[in-house]
Amino acid sequence: MYQIIVVLPLLGFLIAGIFGRFLGPRPSEVITTSLLFIAMLLSWFSFGAFIAGSAGPEVDFVTTWLNSGALHVDWALRVDSLTVVMLFVVTTVSAFVHLYSIGYMHEDDSRPRFFAYLSFFTFAMLMLVTADNLVQLFFGWEGVGLASYLLIGFWYKRPAANAAAIKAFIVNRVGDFGFTLGIFLVFLLTNSVAFDQIFAAAPGLAGKTIHVFGFDMDAMTITCLLLFMGAMGKSAQFLLHTWLPDAMEGPTPVSALIHAATMVTAGVFMVARLSPLFEQAPAALAFVTIIGATTAFFAATVALVQNDIKRVIAYSTCSQLGYMFVALGVGAYSIGIFHLFTHAFFKALLFLGAGSVIHAMHHEQDMREMGGLAKRIPVTFAMMLVGTLALTGFPMTAGNFSKDAIIEASFAAHRPAAVYAFLLITLAASLTSFYSWRLIFLTFFGKPKWQRAERERGRAAPAAHPADEHATGSIDAWREPGMAAEGQVRHAAHHDAHHIDPQESPQVMLIPLYVLAFGALTAGFLFSQLFVGEGAVEFFKASIFYAPTNHIMASLEETPVLVHFLPSLMMLVGFLVALYVYILAPGTAERWARALPGLYRFLLNKWYFDELYDYLFVRPAFWLGNLFWKGGDQNTIDRFGPDGVAARVIDVTQRVVRLQSGYLYHYAFAMLVGVAALITYYIVWGLR
Amino acid sequence: MFGFGILTCLVFLPLVGAAFILTLRGEDEATCSNARWAALVTTIVDFLLSVYVYAKLDPNSSAFQFVEEKHWFGGGLVYKMGVDGMSMPFVVLTTFLMPIAIAASWKSIHVRVKEYMIAFLALETLMTGVFCSLDLVLFYLFFEGGLIPMFLIIGIWGGPRRVYASFKFFLYTLLGSLLMLVAIMAMYGYAGTTDISVLLKTTFPASMQKWLWIAFFASFAVKIPMWPFHTWLPDAHVEAPTAGSVILAGVLLKMGGYGFLRFSLPMFPDASAYFAPLIYALSVIAIIYTSLVALVQVDVKKLIAYSSVAHMGFVTIGLFSLTQQGIQGAIFQMISHGLVSAALFLCVGVIYDRMHTREIAAYGGLVERMPLYAVAFMLFTLANIGLPGTSGFIGEFLTLIGAFRVNSWVVALAATGSILSAAYALYLYRRIIFGALEKPSLKAILDLSPREIAVLAPLFVLTIYYGLQPGPILDATATSVAQLIRSNGEMRTAALVTPARFESMRE
Repeated sequence: MYQIIVVLPLLGFLIAGIFGRFLGPRPSEVITTSLLFIAMLLSWFSFGAFIAGSAGPEVDFVTTWLNSGALHVDWALRVDSLTVVMLFVVTTVSAFVHLYSIGYMHEDDSRPRFFAYLSFFTFAMLMLVTADNLVQLFFGWEGVGLASYLLIGFWYKRPAANAAAIKAFIVNRVGDFGFTLGIFLVFLLTNSVAFDQIFAAAPGLAGKTIHVFGFDMDAMTITCLLLFMGAMGKSAQFLLHTWLPDAMEGPTPVSALIHAATMVTAGVFMVARLSPLFEQAPAALAFVTIIGATTAFFAATVALVQNDIKRVIAYSTCSQLGYMFVALGVGAYSIGIFHLFTHAFFKALLFLGAGSVIHAMHHEQDMREMGGLAKRIPVTFAMMLVGTLALTGFPMTAGNFSKDAIIEASFAAHRPAAVYAFLLITLAASLTSFYSWRLIFLTFFGKPKWQRAERERGRAAPAAHPADEHATGSIDAWREPGMAAEGQVRHAAHHDAHHIDPQESPQVMLIPLYVLAFGALTAGFLFSQLFVGEGAVEFFKASIFYAPTNHIMASLEETPVLVHFLPSLMMLVGFLVALYVYILAPGTAERWARALPGLYRFLLNKWYFDELYDYLFVRPAFWLGNLFWKGGDQNTIDRFGPDGVAARVIDVTQRVVRLQSGYLYHYAFAMLVGVAALITYYIVWGLR
Repeated sequence: MFGFGILTCLVFLPLVGAAFILTLRGEDEATCSNARWAALVTTIVDFLLSVYVYAKLDPNSSAFQFVEEKHWFGGGLVYKMGVDGMSMPFVVLTTFLMPIAIAASWKSIHVRVKEYMIAFLALETLMTGVFCSLDLVLFYLFFEGGLIPMFLIIGIWGGPRRVYASFKFFLYTLLGSLLMLVAIMAMYGYAGTTDISVLLKTTFPASMQKWLWIAFFASFAVKIPMWPFHTWLPDAHVEAPTAGSVILAGVLLKMGGYGFLRFSLPMFPDASAYFAPLIYALSVIAIIYTSLVALVQVDVKKLIAYSSVAHMGFVTIGLFSLTQQGIQGAIFQMISHGLVSAALFLCVGVIYDRMHTREIAAYGGLVERMPLYAVAFMLFTLANIGLPGTSGFIGEFLTLIGAFRVNSWVVALAATGSILSAAYALYLYRRIIFGALEKPSLKAILDLSPREIAVLAPLFVLTIYYGLQPGPILDATATSVAQLIRSNGEMRTAALVTPARFESMRE
């Protein structure tokens, strides 16, 4: 059955990808979407069977992939509790995103291509979560990266989309660089890449030293750090996060599926899957905690001031992923997965809701051009409100269960860096609440600015977003000069053609919102027994490994009451501040921005990471390339190599030619000199 | 078969086709068409023959098979042919790419069609001969002989700077090979034979090994090519006709790797260990340096040529790691690169035939008019950057995982190549295929014709197939590679220091 779940999206991809042009858009949509719904139902069934205890972990061997010496890699599907949770999340969100896209993309000409990509993504993601060895995991890992690349660049005519797509792929490759080295190291240590063998060997490797990269290092620590580097790329963690906000250039359903609910959580899944390794490397886990907490805080600060509705949610995703890593870092793997689970619902909901807003606004994404939409699109508003409540952790919503559990876990844990994490993510909770409500207030409340915007647009369209343009101007080197500005103008011209009259989205887009909203409200309440506390140990069984010293689940029960209510308190603070700033005393935000221009610019420009990386990596790469090409190949190797030799040969020949003067006394003189030289030689050296 | 062994048939069959084309008279269209068909049929038959041999080859034996031996020049020299698991994949690669190269030249070559086909058929004989010969002199003849047809192909049917490029190519490679000739004489002087299977069992003195190794290295390093002997390659590729590039990238470069595999590693084990750090250093420089150079190219073919140099860097790292995964990965990488780079050059040929420019800036937004082409080009681009599921991944992964055991720094530096390759390859793809189709000259460009689809389809299928099922190649090479590593270890004299092997773990 698991094979069917994995193969159905592949089938959809092949049908829509190969025959889509002949079938036309509608059949492609229907086929891919129905196949996904079948896969979803099967996954639900499997999940239910695991909860009921009627199905257990199993490994379905499919076929051999490659054999070379000691290296054996199989294609196999490993299904255990961890996988089945991921199957549930991936197929559910994917199925409803397929459905939603039928409405959202209805004006696009390349719908078969879009649905093919979506299904391909789902297939790759399912391969990732069912992997039985590191190499197959890597196959899915790069596969989802490819799908992400293709979908971000789906609107290939837009220079910004192309630049974002390439950036996403390359930044992920930086992470994968570490990941592959991690795989090599695992193979070196255990002579295997299959999970069963690695996990069996892991306890024996704890505390061992290895000589690698010129140093003696703790074997498990360096291995886990390298593997985690892959997770940092895929899950957009601090330092490797820069691709995720730019990825918002893709169509909004893509953002919901790939850049919120599933692909970006692959890093979380990977660390949880490799818990037997990470549990042997406390230092690596401390690093995971620090990176997670830093990301959670950093991304939340940036989200405070962004004006693009999708970018706010993107940074929010980044921040929430940080929470998940904190949970993993302190050893509460199942809680991290729990947040992954609930987050998939409410973040996909928020993105699809934002998509509905954008749809109503005719592809306007700047929140400063919105306002007062609550009356025009009430259903979308209600759904967004549900998503916001869940994200901020309103009592009894999904986020309340999982996020609060993470904060409690970071408090209860006795691991290094847990205190740092506790402080930062508690603070980030109030920031989360602030930016989430800011989004709601700016978009749905206040005066409708789209009427004004519409009037003014004719004159000032390109100049309307100076700050924003700067903020999005990421890797300029990727773009053709002048193209970006041109794109902006065309973008604005496109708006002029439409009369903005926000309308509620069709049912095909609203139904997924209802389902996800239901999940966002109830997923925490219904499933928290499976993920938190002693029930988690029972549900996850061997799929998550706890070191004998890891008592996080037990110590969770003993957290003080204050800590228990702290997240809700922080949420309330964020809400009240946002309420004051945007509703009770409008204009406060601008006043604050003026009062602290340095800080505002720093946040608006995302801590200047793009500029820094551009300066540190992108420009030097092109500069070095030119240097090596012109200076190295042409002016050094060729000049002194083949061209030089050829030139010398010509020089010598010409001189030789000059020697042939034709005058007898020249030749006679040359002979005389030669004879004299020979005689001298023999007299001095030859006769000894 | 006709008194010859099957390998002789395989190697010299193309010459029969060439002889037939020689009998054709006239320069009219019908004659040209006959020449094309004759060449195509010959190469296809040769390919089928090689597949038959491949199927008959016993993969579980590391011995040379289908051996045939005849005396030559009154017994002074020996004509000896034979294949094993390491050489057979290269033979099949060659015969597989030849019909594709012929078909790719179908429309784009109009002048001297007969001579062109003859040159290619002669080239095929010489190339398959390289991989089949079991005698050093014979090997040298084939190895050097291959230069002549290629020199003519670039020099006659090439682009505007073809004369410069062909001379550069010829002199570079000839200079390297002359040193090898000297080394071959020295080896004959020491061992009294040029029979490869005997030489494989001969232990040369350690000091002599170093000189011999350097002489062979001079030839193979130019051929493969390694940095800093690579500058002939971009020029040769840029000027060569499409099919010339296909064969150059697909097969000729692999002769260098094959040479390391057949001679340097097994015959000079001490020297190979001694010089391994040099090879690593040059390979790592090649990977990073040429990848960066590829990033700033403005000419499509040059970009792909530089990326070839980078990919060959993985091959040399894998070979000299002397691990099962490393060497098998290197062989696989060579085969895979033979398919992928050939396909990429064919892709360039497709748009070159239409627009007659290789300048990247002249393109943009092709996906609009050429969706099929965009799909094919995308797959080969992905294979070029080593995406799992394509054949490009297997080779890179195996070479690096094997070499990691030996030197982790080298692998870490080489692995940055996977970041850089993504950068230059996707950047190229974005500039040619994506973007808006705005250039007026491109408005009427046509998608792949049935002939072009037929040319690219086999490569398309194999790139995916070997990515998912590399078994057919890996299994064929496994036994021979294991034997190579074993004998290399046994022949290594104890006097020499062991290379910087990975130290076993300590508490």
